[in-house]
Amino acid sequence: MSRVAHALDAGRTQKVIGAGAGLYVVLLVALPLAALVYVGLSGGLSVLWQEISSPVARAALWLTVWTSFVVAVVNGFLGTATAWVLVRYPFPGRSLLSALVDLPLAIPTLVAGMMLAVLYGAGSFAGGVLQVFGIELIFAPPGIVLALAFVTLPLVVRAVEPVLLEIDPAEEEAARVLGASPLKTFQTVHLPAIAPAALSGAIRSLGRALGEFGSIVVVAGNIPFKTLTAPVYVYGEIESGAPRTAAAMSVVLLVVALGLHAIAHAIEQRTGSRRG
Amino acid sequence: MAESTEIELQAVASNESLPRPARASLSPLAVELSTEAPNELRWGKPVLITVVLTYLFAVLVGPVLAIGYEVAAVGVRESLTALTAPDALAALRMSLGLTAIAAAVNALVGTALAIAIVRHRFPGRAALSALADLPLAISPVMIGLSFVLLVGRDGLLEAPIVAAGVKVLFAFPGLVLGTLFVTLPFTVREVAYVLEEIGTSEEEAAATLGASPMQTFFRVTLPNIRLGLSYGLLMTVARSLGEFGAVLVLGGSISNETQTATTFIHDAIEERKTAGAYGMALVLALLSVALWTALHVLSTRQQKLRGR
Repeated sequence: MSRVAHALDAGRTQKVIGAGAGLYVVLLVALPLAALVYVGLSGGLSVLWQEISSPVARAALWLTVWTSFVVAVVNGFLGTATAWVLVRYPFPGRSLLSALVDLPLAIPTLVAGMMLAVLYGAGSFAGGVLQVFGIELIFAPPGIVLALAFVTLPLVVRAVEPVLLEIDPAEEEAARVLGASPLKTFQTVHLPAIAPAALSGAIRSLGRALGEFGSIVVVAGNIPFKTLTAPVYVYGEIESGAPRTAAAMSVVLLVVALGLHAIAHAIEQRTGSRRG
Repeated sequence: MAESTEIELQAVASNESLPRPARASLSPLAVELSTEAPNELRWGKPVLITVVLTYLFAVLVGPVLAIGYEVAAVGVRESLTALTAPDALAALRMSLGLTAIAAAVNALVGTALAIAIVRHRFPGRAALSALADLPLAISPVMIGLSFVLLVGRDGLLEAPIVAAGVKVLFAFPGLVLGTLFVTLPFTVREVAYVLEEIGTSEEEAAATLGASPMQTFFRVTLPNIRLGLSYGLLMTVARSLGEFGAVLVLGGSISNETQTATTFIHDAIEERKTAGAYGMALVLALLSVALWTALHVLSTRQQKLRGR
């Protein structure tokens, strides 16, 4: 018994190693973020508000918020649909497609932006066809949405997929045998199970989208009032030697991102799903 | 060897036999019912498949194919030749170096942290776990900015750093800090996940049989977390190779000094050096496809080991 307790009780070496690792995290993550929050809030909330009240900053924040919301909603529904199709409908190439969903995790976001610019840019085939219809994607808000959709693609699919796989097919059978229509079966058997996963995936997409930088830099063109997003605005302020303004905007985005992170985490904890 | 293939085969068998047949109907009645299902969703399946395939093609597959086509159009040879320029090679070397550092540090720190968080009980454990997960939720630009505010001009720690004579910003240490920040969560997460799954019984058995904590770690824990750790490390490598925002802010993308592969592409696009941009993008894309393949192989193997 004492031996067993000993195994779970950290040995002294392990305690030292654990403490060192903990210190590493505090110094590497907590300290810089504390500096960011400290500088951002050093003048109080009124100064923070003032710093981000310029029309350019407001426009950038608004653009980031609405494009991110669009992506979160689109991804919530289409990501769930993708998981549904990948789990339930066998078709040729399904396993390859399923694996492809993870690709955005491995591709540098900057390269992702290049890929989209190449496909939908004015000089390309697809871009040319769209231009005939007067649709402009690259250097326009829809391009931002596309880029965000690319980088957040795996989040909802990978959250919903394991839940769908775990649903007992017997439940579905039972519902059908008892005369429920396919739609009714979906509503009563599948929807309650996958809704929390889809929601937490969508919230994570939103958080990710609010902070996205690399892919947007390439596809957006970063035109103030038109395609300049909040993270790119922050970068511009750092470059032009206005770290306080950058910090103010960052604190706003940081608080929102952490809030979303916490909500998604809470949902995942409650439903027992892991790996967002 | 033979044993492991046997386990794998069993896992495959159970994997195949568990969910599938249950989906095929249990009774003739059920078959009849499902074929006589109301029409309302008969169109559902093809429509859904079409929508999903269109979406995946427009957002993911199309762009990936397009850049391949474009690189071919610009000329693969020309693109790769542009990479032999000294600044391109320096940028590539910088990215690989940062990746190696991130992998080495995160292998050690990630394992130590995961063990501390999952196996030990101490005040602030939940906070530490949350803190280690945080970098995933923060924009890379803001990570860069945080360090600028800490160690840059007029930064909170500027005085001691100047006193120590170390240059952090726009120098190698800054790049290392940014890369370590963004890559922190991956090994911790994956190893912690595996540790939670395997439980403590094997470690307890080892301890009961008289193994020291270190022996238990190297003979029991480490072999168990091997796959999870590898998975986390691959994610770490992918993230450090692809990191852009943080290293742009912290390094300033100075050619031959602090330029990385991604900031090289960014500058090449701005300067309209198409061949260089596509060449580097091609290299990064090929590396990420290789990483993605390895990740996929690992996760398949992990799932088989778990028998699900």
